[in-house]
This record gives sequence, structure tokens and C-alpha cells, in this order.
Amino acid sequence: MCGIVGLFLKDKTLEPQLGALLAEMLVTMTDRGPDSAGIAIYGGADDGIAKITVQSVQPDVDFASLAADLGAAIGATVSLRRKSSHAVLEMPMNQLEAARAALSALRPDVKVMSAGDNLEIYKEVGLPKDVASRFEIAQMSGTHGIGHTRMATESAVTTMGAHPFSTGPDQCLVHNGSLSNHNSLRRTLVREGMTFETQNDSEVAAAYLTHKMKEGANLGEAMEASLSDLDGFFTFVVGTKDGFGVVRDPIACKPAVMAETDQYVAFGSEYRAMVNLPGIETARVWEPEPATVYFWNH
Amino acid sequence: MQTFDLATRGLRELNQTLHALRGTTNETAWEIVNAKGSHAIAVGVDAPLDITVRGSTGYYCAGMNKQATIRIDGNAGPGVAENMMSGRVIIEGDASQYAGATGRGGLLVIKGNASSRCGISMKGIDIVVHGSIGHMSAFMAQSGNMVVLGDAGDALGDSLYEARLFVRGSVKSLGADCIEKEMRPAHLAMLAELLERGEASHKAKPEEFRRYGSARKLYTFNVDNAAAY
Repeated sequence: MCGIVGLFLKDKTLEPQLGALLAEMLVTMTDRGPDSAGIAIYGGADDGIAKITVQSVQPDVDFASLAADLGAAIGATVSLRRKSSHAVLEMPMNQLEAARAALSALRPDVKVMSAGDNLEIYKEVGLPKDVASRFEIAQMSGTHGIGHTRMATESAVTTMGAHPFSTGPDQCLVHNGSLSNHNSLRRTLVREGMTFETQNDSEVAAAYLTHKMKEGANLGEAMEASLSDLDGFFTFVVGTKDGFGVVRDPIACKPAVMAETDQYVAFGSEYRAMVNLPGIETARVWEPEPATVYFWNH
Repeated sequence: MQTFDLATRGLRELNQTLHALRGTTNETAWEIVNAKGSHAIAVGVDAPLDITVRGSTGYYCAGMNKQATIRIDGNAGPGVAENMMSGRVIIEGDASQYAGATGRGGLLVIKGNASSRCGISMKGIDIVVHGSIGHMSAFMAQSGNMVVLGDAGDALGDSLYEARLFVRGSVKSLGADCIEKEMRPAHLAMLAELLERGEASHKAKPEEFRRYGSARKLYTFNVDNAAAY
């Protein structure tokens, strides 16, 4: 199974409520995926500050002097904001690559959840309501976000096996379904220079889209290409810095409902995930067509 | 009119209340409010009730219905009226996947569109869709009638048995062993009656439809077709 939610705001006045709306949608999808949960929020403005969201199994040790150590290594000011097992590191945008390299040298066991201009990803094993409250998702503001509740089928129930998967700057993907050609596709992508953290099929889908976009495709074109190159069952919701996309495989047995108003575009595995959104009673509600790419940009 | 608030009383109490009305009852008119996409609303009803569900429903609304008329004043989630035995289910909006699947009798009316696998394995139910239907609809449909005022998606009636399919618009593709068949006067009369019962006679005329059915080459095993199985 698995549950997916997504919310792309058109109305700026809703931005302070993004986390609260998305967290409620996520918790409603607990029945579809009680193993683990994750959420990706696009928050910050274009301020020249880069963000790296990191996770550790021993945050007290790993995060204690991380900002100072990393700052010294790259010769720039680094700040650290800890949330439970995760932390968001901020540094000048032009130091992002140097910071990632230094981080893996300084703290090899710390996992990178996301990196980029304004994306933060929080994911852990446990019930969605516990994950949402642990990371104070309801207090977060932002422009768009996606979330996932996981019922594992293809790889272990671990933090790194939870969604969203981020394989490129400010990019992330959540998946409901299972891919059947992920091993061969992973080998191809490794030859092309992509790296993988898990044996998970959904990470391959994320890396595939990242690879296509690296080659110059936009989000819509990358998703269009996935319809020919990915085999299996999938409903994907994808986020980029300013975009939000949805695509389902041609069989389309994994459920998907969308709603659009003047204020937002919302996605839910089921309609009930969206019932408390403002104005849902008069929203245009539809099921995305099979093998059809939908995407929105700010 | 009895009003049942799902938000305060919950799903289990709703279905137990409706099931307890088996046999004779004077409480035949029901309104269910705060549906909010909940699953399994009014499943297994077996009494001549008239139920209106306010709002959109989740999985399996009105499943296994016997005798009741159940109206959904919104959209219906996957598997609406699955395995219906008799009675009527009327959806004012759209229906998700496999609406009316395996239905054995009664009438399912969808005033919007139905998505994929509508009427899959239907066994005697009548389905009238005012809009269009998605791919793989009427897959392995055994008996009953499906009337579609709009278009049909890919692979309509794949591996069809003896269900009759009437489509007014385009058919993207026919499934294995499904062919267009001649529309005879008896079919036109049947369609007129189905449109009337399906609250659609003001929207379409029987002459505007084409009939599709089984070529009967697949389900009756014929050794000459062995390569096709």
C-alpha cells in the first residue's frame, strides 16, 4: 500500500499553514502506511543560503560541534538547527558542494536527507503522527511540500528506506507502488555516475528523474520519459525548487485523487486526506489519468 | 427522515444500525452526513431503504447492497457498489476504479465519469454512466448491461463473456474477443428502458449508441485458438 500527500500553494497567505495542512493530510493516511513516514517542505526564499538536512542515530554526539567543525573546514559560517534526530545546516550557497564533501569526511555516519536552496526533509520509522510531532511539521511554513506514509514491500523498514527520497538539489520524490526493473536501472544509473544510499526501488525512480534533469530535461519531460523507462506500478509525486508533479503508470491501480482551487493544488492517495483543506467542498476534484504527466510551477 | 452523523457516531454504529433494519421497518429514509471520504459506508444493507450520503465517499461504499436505494451526493472512491445484489446506487459525481465490480444485480448509475475497470467481472448488474469510463472496463464481464453516454478507454470488454455493452461515444480500443455487434430492435428497447431507469433519457437516445459484445472465440476453448490463450 503506502499513502502519499502533496500540497502546492498558489495563495501566499496560506504559506504559514503549509506544515499544519500537510501534517494533517499525512496523519490521515496512517492506515495506508504505519511503518514510517516522511515529509519534504520547500520553505525558504531565494536568499543565497543553502540548506543541508542531515540525520543521525546518535545526534547528541554527531551534532554537538558540527556547525563549528564544518564552518572551520569550509571557511564559512555554518549554522545548525536541530530537530530530534535531524538537523538543518545552513551555509552560503556557493559553499554547498564543499560543505557536503567536508560533512562526509567529518561525520561519515551522518546521513544527508536533502540539500539545496530551500528543501528540508524529515523522515523516520514510526507512526505518521509521531513523526510529524517529533519534527514539529505543523509549525513549518512553506510554498509546497509532499509527504509519505510507508507500508514497506521492497526494502527494509529503516530511516533511509522511508520516503521522500532526494537524489538531487531541491529534488524529492514519493512513491506508491513497486518497480520491477529497478535493479537493472540502478546499474545503468551507477554507470552514469549516480550514487545510491539504499536498495530501495523508489530511490531509483528519484535518481532516474534527477539524472534526466541533469541532462537538461525539465520536470515534465523527465516524468514523461519515466513512463517508457520504468516498469512496474507507480504513482509518483515529485517536488522541485519551484515545481510539483504527478504521474501514474499506465495500469494506474495505485490510487490518486487531486483537488485544485484558486489557493492550491492538492494530492492524496485518497480523498479523505484532503477533506479538511480550505474550500475543498467547491474544489475541482479529479483522478489523474493513467500515463499522463501533471505538473505545476511557481 | 433519520439523520446519521458519521463524525460523531462513527462507521461501525452506522452499519450496525442499517443492518438492524433487515425485515420490516418504517424508518426507510436516511441521510448520512459528514461522509468525508470514509470507507465502507452503508455496506451490506439488506432492506428497502432510501439512503442519501452527503459528501464524497472512500472505498467500497454501498458494497453488497440488497434492496436499498443509496444516493451519493458527491464522488465515490474505489469499489463503489462492489458485488451489489439488488437495489440502486446513484452517484451524483464521479466514481473511482472498479465501480460495480462483480455486481450480481440491481442498478448502478454514475452521473459523472467512472475511472478504470468499471464493471469488471460484472455478473448481472446494470450500470449506466452518464460520462466516460476508463481503461479495462467490463473486463471478463459475464452478464448484465453497461451503458456509457460518453467514451470508453482502452481494452473495453477484454475477455468478455455475455454482458452487453452500449457506448455512445468513442471506444479507444476493444479488448481481446470484444467486438461491435448489430443493434437490433430488442436492444434499442432495452436501452430505452435502461436510460429511463438510469435517469439519462433526457440526455441521450438509444439510436445514438453502438453495441459491443463477445466474439465467443476466447471463453469457449477452441483448440484452433490455443496460441491466443
